[in-house]
Amino acid sequence: MMATIDTDGDAYTNPTWERYDRRTRLIRFFALLGALVLTIVSYQALAVRYEYVRTAPENMGNLIERMYPPDLAYSSTIVEPMIATVNIAVVGTLFAILMALPVAYIGAENTTPNRSTYALGKVIIAASRSVHSLIWALVFVIMFGGGVLAGILAITFRSIGFIAKLLAEEIEEINHAPIEAIQATGGNTLDVLIYGIVPQVKAAFVGIAVYRWDINVREATVIGLVGAGGIGVELNNRINAFDWQAVLTILLAILVVVLVSEGVSAYSRKKIR
Amino acid sequence: MGAARSLEAYETDWSRPTVFYNHTVKWGVYLVTILFLIWNVWEARVSFDRLIYGAGQAGVLLGAFFPPDFGITVTAGGIETSDRFWRIYDGMVETLAMSIVATVAGVLVSIPVAVMGAENLAPRPVYYVGRAIISVTRAIHELIIGIVVVVGFGFGALAGVIALVFATPGFYAKLLAEDLEDIDQSRLEAIRSTGASPLQVLIYGVLPQVLPRVIGLTIYRWDINLRASTILGVVGAGGIGAALLTSFDTYEYDFSMGILLTIIAFVVLGEMLSAYARRRVQ
Amino acid sequence: MLSITDLGKTYPGGDRALDSVTFDIGSEEVVAIIGPSGAGKSTLVRCINRLTEPTDGTIHLNDTDITALSKDELRTARQDIGMVFQEYALVERLTVMENVLSGRLGAVSTWQAFRRKFPAEDIQRAYATLDRVGLAGHENDRADELSGGQRQRVGIARAVLQRPEILLADEPTSSLDPETSHAVMDLLTEIAGDEGIPVLFNIHEVPLAREYADRIIGLSDGQLVFDGPPTALDEDAMNRIYRNGQEGTDRKRTELAELGRHGNQLGEHNNGQSPRRNTERGGNQPEHQSEESVSKEVR
Repeated sequence: MMATIDTDGDAYTNPTWERYDRRTRLIRFFALLGALVLTIVSYQALAVRYEYVRTAPENMGNLIERMYPPDLAYSSTIVEPMIATVNIAVVGTLFAILMALPVAYIGAENTTPNRSTYALGKVIIAASRSVHSLIWALVFVIMFGGGVLAGILAITFRSIGFIAKLLAEEIEEINHAPIEAIQATGGNTLDVLIYGIVPQVKAAFVGIAVYRWDINVREATVIGLVGAGGIGVELNNRINAFDWQAVLTILLAILVVVLVSEGVSAYSRKKIR
Repeated sequence: MGAARSLEAYETDWSRPTVFYNHTVKWGVYLVTILFLIWNVWEARVSFDRLIYGAGQAGVLLGAFFPPDFGITVTAGGIETSDRFWRIYDGMVETLAMSIVATVAGVLVSIPVAVMGAENLAPRPVYYVGRAIISVTRAIHELIIGIVVVVGFGFGALAGVIALVFATPGFYAKLLAEDLEDIDQSRLEAIRSTGASPLQVLIYGVLPQVLPRVIGLTIYRWDINLRASTILGVVGAGGIGAALLTSFDTYEYDFSMGILLTIIAFVVLGEMLSAYARRRVQ
Repeated sequence: MLSITDLGKTYPGGDRALDSVTFDIGSEEVVAIIGPSGAGKSTLVRCINRLTEPTDGTIHLNDTDITALSKDELRTARQDIGMVFQEYALVERLTVMENVLSGRLGAVSTWQAFRRKFPAEDIQRAYATLDRVGLAGHENDRADELSGGQRQRVGIARAVLQRPEILLADEPTSSLDPETSHAVMDLLTEIAGDEGIPVLFNIHEVPLAREYADRIIGLSDGQLVFDGPPTALDEDAMNRIYRNGQEGTDRKRTELAELGRHGNQLGEHNNGQSPRRNTERGGNQPEHQSEESVSKEVR
């Protein structure tokens, strides 16, 4: 059904496409068919029993019923792990920035010293980005034991690639003309840095850092599930104790903290041009 | 122009305008930010000997990680697969299946939410409900939903799918709503003027305008879901993550590395495939 | 004043951009360098403050041999050479005032520069110069908020604030429409006259060179093939510059050069100024507009 609407729409808006319409239609039809088959095969592979799917909404309703009302008396207990969560996000982002700066420098085509450093930069970025922070947390919990330190390192290692990638792209965009102009006025290397390079990347850099911090607050709420500190540890304990009212309290607290940091992040990114 | 004025007539002072209200506020904000950072570092209390200890452990762990074991041994007689290989295989099949089912279900849920969250299409109260759904599903990490569902009524892969579907509107509906807000209004007017119902306006006026974006975002979301479904197993919500957690718990670190490299390979391939497909669509 | 002897530049690829160019510039002279694309005009101007390193020959500014200076000495010498660039080369995210004051970077400490605390006299002169170039009141605007013509005025103000002994301009009008080009050239030559310093600029448009320069230098394939007053720039001289000295009946090329279109690199006109230029040249604006609105409706 969707395919019909789609081709009709295009025939209407782009009369010139009519020549290719048959072919386009065929491609779209097979793409849709392929997607449908893939979905059905995937569903079969999951081997989900139908009655589970059927009762899922009911179960969900039951769970929510058991959660309500939230246990407000419990809220004072979660202040400390919540603060630890924000700590993990802030310190992790801070470390990540420090480590991402040199990686971005060698990972940007126009500043990297040679081909092999460029490749190294790209490898670090790819490795850091393709391992989820929860997996980094697992590894660091084994190395450092459970707690905040493992969490900070997990956040750091996951963020290096993200920050370095975006920053390297920004460095590659730098306009060289103003740098020459500063040199032509007799400015030294530091002057060139302060007047020529920093203003060109500053806004993007602050934006990237704040944005990543905002993502990291969210990530820091879950790394505790594998023991890497923060609110996740407490959440895991409450869930395993089937203390659902306390769970709802934690979920609401996470919601508030994440939304506030998202607001702060969005506001400061809008302010910085 | 200015030749008539002497140099002394001009001001001797200039300070850079600030995005804050004035320079006092600016330094205030800087000071608060720096104090906040210092407080955070202090609060984390990372002890030095713990770092040293961990660094020593890192060496041991790194040694145990290599060579990675994929459960495949190449011998003279051919390729032999062990139990480990089949654990990776089953885990990855489940991971892929979860990502695909969750994408389709998640998109079907998210499209109405996107319409609700588009300022130009939804009436005020509905708009706020749509935005609230987007905010909440964005804020709560899919792993949290995963673990709640698993412990709450224990489903394995289905719990993972539910978690991913729950998390989808926060991404998908948010971006799609922004596109819906940018659509060409004049064409909606034209269709409305024929006496079409609101649903008909959506299907004939809105959908054709955003369809490429709908498909592009779906592919993008699949890429994200693939990443997420590699780790949902860590909380018992299905996929390869369960095998990874078990391997860590049983100190089979060479197997852990095998699983990790498999995950990375799939994630990178998924990203490339998604980027290619999105380029084709848009 | 400025004396260039046997100046040569060979690029690493073996491309010989300049070949033993020799000339002198007296104080208060306005000198234009013309020539086809790739003749070495830009290289010549940029060699004078060593943004491009010359490979042989000497450049004397007053009694200093620029080519013999160490890096530190070169920084000091560069303060005496003001430069105006073809794409303005402003730091777009900084304010107009910061861009103008950056002309004093060589004279203040890095710490002062970092805190934007310039000496009172520099600030007064910056205000006065902004007034002079017609940008009074724009000091707190960001450079990327200005039009092309305004940006080039900031570029001139920055160069002037250096209190240079000579002004160099590398294609100062290449990103501007004809009207703004004239305004900028007026300003550049007037201001140099006020300061009593010479100007050396390279330019595509021969008419602009004729109009503003006291003296024209013609380059062809890196060699100086003409040096004289605009009145001496006859057809024969144009042939030498633009056709490599070959005799021929291909007048088209010379005419194009006279029109100022010769060798215009299209890529250089993407600064929001070109649309205006197009309409001025193409004329028929209403038709253009209706075409656009039709295509919009169809989409």
